[in-house]
Amino acid sequence: MAGTAISPGYRAARWGYLAFCVAAFIFLIAPILVLVPLSFNAEPYFTFTEGMLRFDPDAWSLRWYRSIFDGDEWTRPLLNSLVIGISATVVATVLGAAAALGLAHPAMPGRRIVSALLISPMITPVIIAGVGMFFFYSSLGLAQTHLGIILAHAVFGAPFVVITVSATLAGFDWTVMRAAANLGANPLVAFRRVQLPLILPGVISGSLFAFAASFDELVIVLFMGGLEQRTLPRQMWSGIREEISPTLLAVATFLILFALLALSTVEWLRRRGEAAGEGAGSGRT
Amino acid sequence: MRSESEVVTPEDTSTRQQPVARPRWRRALGPRLRAAGLALPLVAFVVVTFAGPMVSLLTKSFHEPEIADALPETMAALRQWDGEGAPPDDVFAATAGEFVAARNERTLGRTANRVNRVVSGMRSVIMGGSRLMVEAAAEAEAAGVTTDGAFWRETMIGIDVRWGTPEPWRALRDAGQRFTARHYLKALDFERGPEGGYVRQAEEWRIYVPLFWRTLKVSLGVTMLCLVVGYPIAHLIATSPPRRANVLLLLVLLPFWTSLLVRTTSWIVLLQNQGVVNDFLVAIGVIDDDGRLAMIYNMTGTFIAMTHVLLPFLVLPLYSVMRSIPPAYMSAAASLGATPLQALRRVYWPQTLPGVGAGCLLTFILAIGYYITPALVGGQSGQLISNMIAYHVQTSLNWGLAAALAALLLGGVTALYVVYDRLVGIDRIGLG
Repeated sequence: MAGTAISPGYRAARWGYLAFCVAAFIFLIAPILVLVPLSFNAEPYFTFTEGMLRFDPDAWSLRWYRSIFDGDEWTRPLLNSLVIGISATVVATVLGAAAALGLAHPAMPGRRIVSALLISPMITPVIIAGVGMFFFYSSLGLAQTHLGIILAHAVFGAPFVVITVSATLAGFDWTVMRAAANLGANPLVAFRRVQLPLILPGVISGSLFAFAASFDELVIVLFMGGLEQRTLPRQMWSGIREEISPTLLAVATFLILFALLALSTVEWLRRRGEAAGEGAGSGRT
Repeated sequence: MRSESEVVTPEDTSTRQQPVARPRWRRALGPRLRAAGLALPLVAFVVVTFAGPMVSLLTKSFHEPEIADALPETMAALRQWDGEGAPPDDVFAATAGEFVAARNERTLGRTANRVNRVVSGMRSVIMGGSRLMVEAAAEAEAAGVTTDGAFWRETMIGIDVRWGTPEPWRALRDAGQRFTARHYLKALDFERGPEGGYVRQAEEWRIYVPLFWRTLKVSLGVTMLCLVVGYPIAHLIATSPPRRANVLLLLVLLPFWTSLLVRTTSWIVLLQNQGVVNDFLVAIGVIDDDGRLAMIYNMTGTFIAMTHVLLPFLVLPLYSVMRSIPPAYMSAAASLGATPLQALRRVYWPQTLPGVGAGCLLTFILAIGYYITPALVGGQSGQLISNMIAYHVQTSLNWGLAAALAALLLGGVTALYVVYDRLVGIDRIGLG
């Protein structure tokens, strides 16, 4: 469009639009970035002190990072989050990837209804699912156990795996599997040598989504978790509600790093997949 | 499982035994079974760990057997009563017997609380009365008096004249129903009238319906805000050259991946009274030190934080639709004489409608069930229906009401999904 005659009004609108977008991006990202420098505050304040703004080295410190590891106030929740998150991710990944393979198969009966059922935990507001799970799991004696929370998180995580693995299987030529069988590969070998390499990026992305969902999940933990199941979000929740300590900002900075890491991995996998699938012209779903 | 390789022997199937050539139905069924078998574990898992709880939720919203189970003889005796005047003697005997027994086992308090939720004021009637009933029973035993129905009628009315009227008995009878719509009625702000029927609550006492409305309005408002902010962003990303688009996309995805608690914390840090934004505004002299803006722990806080949290959910589907719109269309519109605004309105906007619909609906549905963010930054005025549900689960322990509120919300969300399914297709929900 650069070639067409541009009226001053259009130019003003264009600048307005760009300014608006810049403001919107600042709105998106600034709240996250602002926490990082504040977590190095030497004072127990939640705002920039004059010393910090003058870059006085004494105004900056690592004390809140050290205090994460003082006592078990934060280390135990971290451990709980990891145990619950990893267990839930393993269950979600195994079940989700298998289901995605089944759903992608051309012979799958009742695909629409089955996929709707499998996706439903992801799209039900957590508050509703949480209330139901609280009643149901309590009646089974699973409230206030790690197992109960792991099962709940696994069922929330599985849809992510189903979706990401299904995306890698879109356009998969199933006659290849027949060919492998004809060449003497048993189904397991055929899966390992033909399908697994193809779906692996989806499996990894999906499991990262599932892990992140569990790692950040709070409603279920609030309803069903006892003292023994205190996870990181649960500890942050009481941190925010009771007395907000700057240690929280240090923990938050770690979580931002985790997000950055997970995001880069998923994006890297996606781009690799897109580059590989460029010939087929497949975009992302 | 090697059906395909075995079936390829076409020789005389009639003379050989059956197993070699599999019947046609098995050949047709084999792949179907294998596909279904792969999906089955997760289907079973979802049914047990997710559908089970949903059934449990719905059941709890209309099935409340606890009172009937706690006072079985009272309920059986009350069935003989016509509901007018005081009930017959055996009702008094059954009730007093069960009250005294339950009081001695310390389980009466819980039952009284439950009855009190159906008819307020019943807790004191039951607990106050039963204390004296226990004493009367002990005295009667010491004196060797037989405690029959007539004795209890006299004693109970002596303790509290209300036992001589039908009201507490109707309350007990109604509370003892195993299947009930009262949680739903309560969730829609109906209250039990003096005659036992349900009437709409006086306007100033209505809690839940106004809260549903507020939730609806906030969700719509947040969705609109997300659309206004998200549309230009999505457009900018979709029309940028690939390298820049990737960087900009990361700026949308980072908040998406960052913990909800972290994002909520940062809004508290930014917006609170002594927070970064207020400090900045004071420092540059826009506001006085005592004129600091109240931007958090109220509706403003809920709006800002929810918009921030939900924005990526609108931008990502919108972006993926915009990306597929060929830029040539806009150039064509321009070369045909359309002003940029006309081209935007008549050419670009209609093509983005599927993305707008999908993104808005997803955002709206997520907003309507939001709990954590309003609970942390909403203060008193920024609470939504989900906060009330959590309150009844955790604090008031009125689980039937919590279930009914959640079930109503679920009904609304399901209706929206039906719309979504018609418009976009439920299986097309992507992760961006």
